Amino acid sequence: MKTEVLIIGAGLIGASTALQLAMRGCSCIVIDKDSPGRHASGANAGGLRQLNRDPAEIPLSVAAAKMWHNIESLVDSDCDVRFSGQLRVAENKADMEKLEQRAAMVRSMGYQHEEIIGKKELYQLVPALSPHCVGALLCRGDGYGRPYHALTAFRRKAESLGAIFQSNTEVYSIEQLGEGWEVRTSQGTFYSDSLVNCAGGWAGKLADMMQDPAPLTAKALMLMVTERLPHFVDPVMGAASRKLSFKQMQNGTLIIGGALVAKLDFATEKTEIDWSQLAQSAKTVVDFFPQLKDVRIVRAWAGIEGFMPDNIPVIGASQQVKNGYHAFGFSAHGFQLSPVIGVILAQLILDGKTELSIEDFSISRFDKQA
Amino acid sequence: MKNHYQLVIVGAGPAGLAAAVTASEQGISCAVLDEQAAVGGQIYRAIESVPEQRAKVLGTEYQRGTALAKAFRESKAEYFPNTKVWSLTADKQIGLLHDGKSKLITADQVLLVSGAIERPVPFPGWTLPGVMQAGAGQILFKSSGVVPSEGVVLAGSGPLLLLLAWQYMQVGVEIKAMLDVTPLSNHLQAMPKLPRALLAHHYLTKGLVYQRDLKRAGVVTKIGVSDLRAEADENDELQTVHYRHLGREHSIETGLLMTHFGIIPHIWLTQAAGCKHQWDKSQQCWRPSHDKWGNTSLQGILVAGDGAGINGARSAEHTGRLAGLQALYALGVISEAERDKQSITERKWVKAERHIRPFLEAYFAIPQEMLATHAKDTIICRCEEITAGEIRTAVEQSHGDSNQVKYLSRCGMGACQGRQCANAVAHIVADAGGLAVSEKSHFRGRPPVAPLSLQELASLSEENV
Repeated sequence: MKTEVLIIGAGLIGASTALQLAMRGCSCIVIDKDSPGRHASGANAGGLRQLNRDPAEIPLSVAAAKMWHNIESLVDSDCDVRFSGQLRVAENKADMEKLEQRAAMVRSMGYQHEEIIGKKELYQLVPALSPHCVGALLCRGDGYGRPYHALTAFRRKAESLGAIFQSNTEVYSIEQLGEGWEVRTSQGTFYSDSLVNCAGGWAGKLADMMQDPAPLTAKALMLMVTERLPHFVDPVMGAASRKLSFKQMQNGTLIIGGALVAKLDFATEKTEIDWSQLAQSAKTVVDFFPQLKDVRIVRAWAGIEGFMPDNIPVIGASQQVKNGYHAFGFSAHGFQLSPVIGVILAQLILDGKTELSIEDFSISRFDKQA
Repeated sequence: MKNHYQLVIVGAGPAGLAAAVTASEQGISCAVLDEQAAVGGQIYRAIESVPEQRAKVLGTEYQRGTALAKAFRESKAEYFPNTKVWSLTADKQIGLLHDGKSKLITADQVLLVSGAIERPVPFPGWTLPGVMQAGAGQILFKSSGVVPSEGVVLAGSGPLLLLLAWQYMQVGVEIKAMLDVTPLSNHLQAMPKLPRALLAHHYLTKGLVYQRDLKRAGVVTKIGVSDLRAEADENDELQTVHYRHLGREHSIETGLLMTHFGIIPHIWLTQAAGCKHQWDKSQQCWRPSHDKWGNTSLQGILVAGDGAGINGARSAEHTGRLAGLQALYALGVISEAERDKQSITERKWVKAERHIRPFLEAYFAIPQEMLATHAKDTIICRCEEITAGEIRTAVEQSHGDSNQVKYLSRCGMGACQGRQCANAVAHIVADAGGLAVSEKSHFRGRPPVAPLSLQELASLSEENV
């Protein structure tokens, strides 16, 4: 099969890239060894967070936030997003100082989206919070969406504009043919002018096949969800010095995470929940909201995601091969960035440059270290 | 409770009790974890406390449990009632809840004897108050002698339905009707299997006696009923049961409808551990794949009893013993020759107990239209109120397997953890996609296997400090 752009990985990054390419009339095929959103894009917590980003990611995250606030005009679906704010709670003076430094750093970059709030406003925002907290760092424009719904909306919109999604298509080999590509898969051979690697946890393997290696590690991040509860908290909650990510979804369930890693057998893709870590999470939640102690956990799971050594993604054109592009290694915070990554890749592929600054995400940053 | 046992048995029904007795005779450390307050499982529920009169009504098959419970009580196996197992991993780490606290223990060998659950079969109105599963009715009767006071309609298929009707009749419950959904074609399918079933004629005789007694008592039985539908009154409670029989519509006024559509293995623990499962076409259910000793695809994890495939209480006792012997052999406590020698009689019994099954499975098979082709607005996932139509739409929009349908629609994500809808969703998704149900059709198992509270989970962090 022939196409202008072949995208490997039908997660949200791949779907977003396909959408932006299709919007500009470029033909593309998205292949996936499983089905769209089977791994990280279907299993993540759906956080729309600008708060506490790595400084390199802030410009991208702010641009992505603008797109999320207007997502319906892009994908004809609101992706079930809510902008209820995200905050990081300080439990003591040391926490508060840490957060104040952070806010000052963000302001010094010329951004205003992260603000410090005192105890009074914190308890106005979250009356149910345990009384021991002293303040918080807040981003009012943050919130959350439903990951699989967002992915489906991006995919369907891209399909409506001519993009093709093909599941159960595992890549066996990748060869550069002149300035284009030949990709052999379990469903036949694909030929394309350009090739995009956004294969999440498997992107390291594909980067190797593209002769443009990157030090990616696949890890499985755990989440758990409770039964439905009456509405009691709006913002997505984090903590300044404890591993916590906690939100009440539209339907009343609580999603509890916090970058906790499950056991993973990458070869078989089998994940195993590490209960002693989730027990810590449960304890943290009960410390912040003692009234939740009898709430029942209904389900826990882990999704496989790609991590880079510096925990920021690889985004951009390959320096080693022609017409090869990467967008992977989002290290468990790619959901929010996805819409803008699609724009960036489409610009790189079709215009040869992008308006946003992506130097910090170059794949060659790891060569320098070596 | 210790942190490690040579053998942990999950379940204290016939298979678990028999295995525990066999294994603990050899002096190994053996723990039996069971979520119920007393031994016996579902089949011998309340066996140690049941009054004599009620035991008589429950029948001789039920009374068999007495000897088993006694032998278990005399054994050296450590018994932990009221203990919920909520996790099992492939390396045999068991997450459990005991005395309100969570704990992780390990075992060299794990025997899962989790028994069966009633097959949930959605039909219009199945979620109404006043509609319940016959098994729940039997639990109430066994444990506390509670029976319906104002008459009941029984509907569905399977030996338990007949047994419950007979037991109710014995204690004077009014049975308004028996609506048997098995089509006449089932009886034809079952005929070739009858000769083998005759080898176990005591079961057949018992069934015929029940049918005769019910008929003599004037209970109306309709065979080949279709289009079963429960309808509510203005208070949203069951008022009328509608059905079709011999080409005509009928309805019965009733405040209580008990349904039963056979039983299927409880596979949530084997699924959590990652054991391989297979679709059993004859039993219309998934079961863990296992060899003749009960070994699953994972080393050191064994299954026995109805949890390994539905073969009844007597068979469970024997397969429990076989798995107990296998565990002893795997632990190096007995030799292969010893294991084989002791298994001869047990295996003979297992074979004998199997005679009746192909006949029963064909005779009581649930018609495909009840499993897969529900009316569009029938609720399939009762926790999240997802209809058959929504599931079919998701498949049409290329969410091609149960898990994708679950991601999109939330069916199977509710408080019951997909227990009630997993089978129905798999059937509908397969049917909508023109495929046969297979292992892939089932929801991926998501722990915890039993709900536990944040505080209960948090207690693990204190425990393991």
